[in-house]
Amino acid sequence: MAELGEGSGSHAHGKKGPVRAKKQSTRVDMTPMVDLAFLLLTFFVLTSTFSKPKTMEITFPVPPDKNNPPPPMKVNGYTFLLTKDNRVFWYSGEFKDAPKNGLPATTLTEVKFGEDLNKLLLDKNDLVEKAILELKKKRLNKEIEDTTYKRLAVDAKGDPKSPFFVIKADDKAVYRNLIDLIDEFNICNVGKYAVTDIMMSEINLINQATKE
Amino acid sequence: MPKIKMPRSNPSLDMTPMVDLAFLLVTFFILTASFRNPEPVQVLTPSSTSEKIMPENSVLITISPEGKVFYTISGFDVRKKTLERMADKYKIKFTAKEIEEFGKMTSFGVSMQNLSKFINTEPGQREKFPSTGIPMDSTNNQLSDWIRFGQYEGVVQYKDLKDAAEASGRQVVIEPLRFAIKADGNANFIVVKEVIKTFTDLKIYKFNLLTNFEKGPNE
Repeated sequence: MAELGEGSGSHAHGKKGPVRAKKQSTRVDMTPMVDLAFLLLTFFVLTSTFSKPKTMEITFPVPPDKNNPPPPMKVNGYTFLLTKDNRVFWYSGEFKDAPKNGLPATTLTEVKFGEDLNKLLLDKNDLVEKAILELKKKRLNKEIEDTTYKRLAVDAKGDPKSPFFVIKADDKAVYRNLIDLIDEFNICNVGKYAVTDIMMSEINLINQATKE
Repeated sequence: MPKIKMPRSNPSLDMTPMVDLAFLLVTFFILTASFRNPEPVQVLTPSSTSEKIMPENSVLITISPEGKVFYTISGFDVRKKTLERMADKYKIKFTAKEIEEFGKMTSFGVSMQNLSKFINTEPGQREKFPSTGIPMDSTNNQLSDWIRFGQYEGVVQYKDLKDAAEASGRQVVIEPLRFAIKADGNANFIVVKEVIKTFTDLKIYKFNLLTNFEKGPNE
């Protein structure tokens, strides 16, 4: 075997002189590596999710007890009631079962999510809205810094003269409605709002309204 | 048959820049990717315009569309210690292996009595486990205990890490423990209210409600 190999080798070289080492190409076939790299790349591109879930920060009121009775609902306040089929009702001021002090009993008004709600909130929250717009204009004109703007915006939202908004939901409402409503509050610069428990008398009113 | 000779050009082109780029991107994606842990339940959160990102260090309550409640807390060690405390309170023994496995686990929605069965289920099969949600009625409020012990352990760990960081003059990177609620948009409000009541009973009033980001109107 060895002889045969030697023989054929000498035959192939043919020429005389020093046997040169065959020049080996310095190039390595990179195709498999590239394949792998792209495979990994595709995998990571497809599996990675960049956006972290966003959150909405909310502080719930301390539940009322003996030492801490619930504050009376001021006249300057609006209550939103959430119920089934994504319906929202609202009334203003204190809840009244029957006419009191010359004011009529509470009646509910329905409002649709979306533009109607947005308009309603902008209208009711007019005071804060105007102040925020004013501040935004100042920021655009570089009259105030961003940090100053933030501080003043918080102050404007907490204006004691601005109305207070209360969210209540009955047992047929879904969580999405709550988020939608809070989100709308945030969009309309409502700074003062709270989620509280619904009263029986309010449930009755909702039931009446939804039956119609 | 005579061969047709094509003008010869070198068919191998220099792939080095392409490979460089490909590996650069691969490295980038490997380093930035954080794998989403498999959740035992699929939850579609409602969308909002809020831009705050999810806190890193948190007690996370997940509420499924059917109103089942799931619990988890960030941190491997915190989870293990929380389980040890729960086991102590409910007089249920867990093996060291089970506790270790629990540390690696994400959300779960079973009662203490069924927990060891859930831990011993293969991770891939956990989605099919008949999770009933963590009990939170007034007579058997296990959720409240999970939150309470989790909060305790979370705060202890935060303090330890903060002290250690301050002692060595490093910057404090860990965030204080927060409370997040991830509820499905179609979950009944009552369940969410129950969960919130469990929190407020523990004197925790500030939450992060998880939402999907949605572009708001003109900002």
